[in-house]
Amino acid sequence: MLTIGLTHYLVLAAVLFCCGLYVMTTKRNAVGILIGAELVLNAACLNLVAFSRYRTGRLDGQIAALFVIVLAAAEAAIAIAIFVNYYRLLSTIDADEGRQLRG
Amino acid sequence: MANFTVEDALRSRWSASAKPRAVRTFAVLGIVLAVAALGLGYLASSAPGAGYWLAVLGTALAGVAAMTCLGAAFVIQFSRLVGTWLFRLAFLIFVGGLVGIALLAWVPALLYEQVDAAVADHYGAGATGVLTVADLEAVGWALPTDSIEVRRQGAVGWAPPTDSIDGRGKAVVGSAHPTASFLAYALWPLQFRLTRDILALVGVVGFVSLLAMFTIWWERKVAGRMQSRLGPMRVGGWHGWAQSMADGIKLLQKEDIYLEGADRPLFKLAPYIAFMPALALFLALPFSAAWICRDLDIGLLFILALAGIGVLGVIVAGWASNNKWSLLGAMREACQMISYEIPLGFALLVPVMTTGTLRLTAIGELQAGGFHTWLAFQSPFTLAAAVLFFTATLAACKRAPFDLPEAESELVAGVYTEYSGFRWSLFFFAEYAEMFAVGALAAILFFGAWYSPLPANWGAAWLHGPLWQRALYGILFNGPLWLIFKGFFFLFVQIWLRWTLPRIRLDQVMYACVQVMLPLSMLVLLGATFWALLVPHGSMLAVVANLACTALGVGAVLAIIGIVFYGYSNRRQLVGTLAIEHWPGS
Amino acid sequence: MTGEAIAFYLLAAVVTAFALGCVLASNIVRMALCLLGTLGGVALLYFLMAANFLGAIQLIVYAGGTLIVIVFGVMLTSRAYGTKLRVRPLEMIGAAVVTLALLAGLTAILVRTAGPVVSPSTPDFGVAQIGTELLSTYLVPFEVISVLLLAVMIGAAYLVQPEKK
Repeated sequence: MLTIGLTHYLVLAAVLFCCGLYVMTTKRNAVGILIGAELVLNAACLNLVAFSRYRTGRLDGQIAALFVIVLAAAEAAIAIAIFVNYYRLLSTIDADEGRQLRG
Repeated sequence: MANFTVEDALRSRWSASAKPRAVRTFAVLGIVLAVAALGLGYLASSAPGAGYWLAVLGTALAGVAAMTCLGAAFVIQFSRLVGTWLFRLAFLIFVGGLVGIALLAWVPALLYEQVDAAVADHYGAGATGVLTVADLEAVGWALPTDSIEVRRQGAVGWAPPTDSIDGRGKAVVGSAHPTASFLAYALWPLQFRLTRDILALVGVVGFVSLLAMFTIWWERKVAGRMQSRLGPMRVGGWHGWAQSMADGIKLLQKEDIYLEGADRPLFKLAPYIAFMPALALFLALPFSAAWICRDLDIGLLFILALAGIGVLGVIVAGWASNNKWSLLGAMREACQMISYEIPLGFALLVPVMTTGTLRLTAIGELQAGGFHTWLAFQSPFTLAAAVLFFTATLAACKRAPFDLPEAESELVAGVYTEYSGFRWSLFFFAEYAEMFAVGALAAILFFGAWYSPLPANWGAAWLHGPLWQRALYGILFNGPLWLIFKGFFFLFVQIWLRWTLPRIRLDQVMYACVQVMLPLSMLVLLGATFWALLVPHGSMLAVVANLACTALGVGAVLAIIGIVFYGYSNRRQLVGTLAIEHWPGS
Repeated sequence: MTGEAIAFYLLAAVVTAFALGCVLASNIVRMALCLLGTLGGVALLYFLMAANFLGAIQLIVYAGGTLIVIVFGVMLTSRAYGTKLRVRPLEMIGAAVVTLALLAGLTAILVRTAGPVVSPSTPDFGVAQIGTELLSTYLVPFEVISVLLLAVMIGAAYLVQPEKK
């Protein structure tokens, strides 16, 4: 309990992941869903770095986490662009309103 | 009309119930924080590793906050009495502070060195033992030189003519010099990392507050001069030096206004989100190679990251105000910041690539040899990168001509519209602290860091001389004073630009970033890469480019100094006779 | 209790608190601020794991970039600010049950399968090693990511261009 090991980080990441999952499932604001996704990605990053630190002993985990951060930034940019379009079309940001597939 | 003084500001209206309430609140808060600081200090003294950092940070913050709260309680309680001596104390701090911090900043570094030498002397190099006061005396570093020699000669194997033996069986020199004894007591805590960190943090907080107060006054004076006015002249006497202080006291007494419909927690939180990173980035900003709170191997990235977080505070402030002008200001800030971070990053990559490190002290150390070794003058591309960096930081600090987020002629006061009192002043503390920080960063990355323009071998003999020679060397040839001077130079250029250039439109801001600065910075980065690859160090082309850039840089600096001097020497004509006749004190 | 343990539990508490704040907040900007707290806490955890570079990058890219984009997006899409998007209670309870079950299951598995606690024997990597690795072992993903970022940039710019009349 007092020596911090891999499991501590993994449990914390699980907590983060579940919070993100809850946010993604319940929030109706599309930006809120994006925030949930960011939480989930952060949990994954934390896992990667923890494994890199406590198991592999190499840099691979850190570099994978670096890629995840970059991907999350790209994802956010695209998502916000989509939401702005969505808002233009439907005048709302409620994700449940987008039921039609044609523009 | 009598001069408006700090006393007047203190005496102004406290309502009957507000005063005891304020005193009580501050006193209780101060005591709680002091207890917290003590507890955290205990934790820190026993915690190694990263926990140590956190505990130190907590201790320092809690300690500073406790001191501030207790001081505030005291000042408010005795506000009728403290006027005169507070006034004198404040004047001392103001005049002595800015220079004093620079000088004092060097002295602790030397003292640390002495204490470390004492520890190494006692326990061997690299050891981490705890010296007692008697040990410190025994090492004798505080004694005059001749007695040190005597002691060293007689102290082979630590067997001096002993009077007593201390707890660990070490012989202690008796009847030490009284000053040595006194200094040994005073400096005993310096061997602990905790003490040093707390001192550094207190120094940073003090420096930033003084800096902001001084710069606000200075900006108003410069603005006045540039508009043929005098600027603040009344408060405090000499050129209205106490204007910022009186303003600060006034702001503290103001009502804290919230709007109906404002998002209250966010509204309250936003100034702190803006202020804390601006303060924290000074922790990684080196004032000299020895005088830095934490020498991080990613120092540059750390400062960039904190500057980015501070922006979020401004954006949230605009959002939480529930005011369309504030919101517009916040959106302008957001898109401006996001855009200008890219050319800023590209410009920063040039010195990083040239020096091959992100450690700011290492980048500074490479520019030790005088004017021509400064990084900006290495090639045309580094010079261009320096100009780009400075322009991008103007936008990052929301300074004119990029001050759209608070454009007072269009948006009332932009994001700051709904703020008043203390919270409003926090934003300005943050802004001025950041202005100095980016100026200092420009100096560190491009303009010789904490080194003077003089050649490296001048005064080099003093570098290894006795204490006073080293201290003098630190002040004259390299050291915090030079970095602060350079930082203020760039701060002055920022102020100058603000009162010279008109504000540009938002689409022009975006155009300047995306279509001018972004391609330019990419070209500069590419050029610097090829320069590093193709032009060998010391080749003809490199030397010629170096000399040409140096000449250009020296010319620019001399021109700026000349223009300022010309303006200053003709100030009476510029100001006009009417104002001169009513010059206070004449 | 070691300093690392104190720091970890402190940071874990902070991260969890902010993540819960994200869950409970109804206001989208508050959610974004809670996300900032979580990201900052995770960055400090990276520092704790001696991944300094990653921590700084997390702060720059996430807190300085992504989060500002998110808040910007909120501002652009919030003319109906004040009309709250209510979550149906049944949905909320269902999601809570599922996520709590998932959390319990994950924690149980993690604790059950936990090996002996070994303190890391790896050296602390500097920025230089990360750079070398990125441009040697991970060169292909690195280039692919840069192409992807270019595509994202063009895509985002295309998506938000004003409609042609």
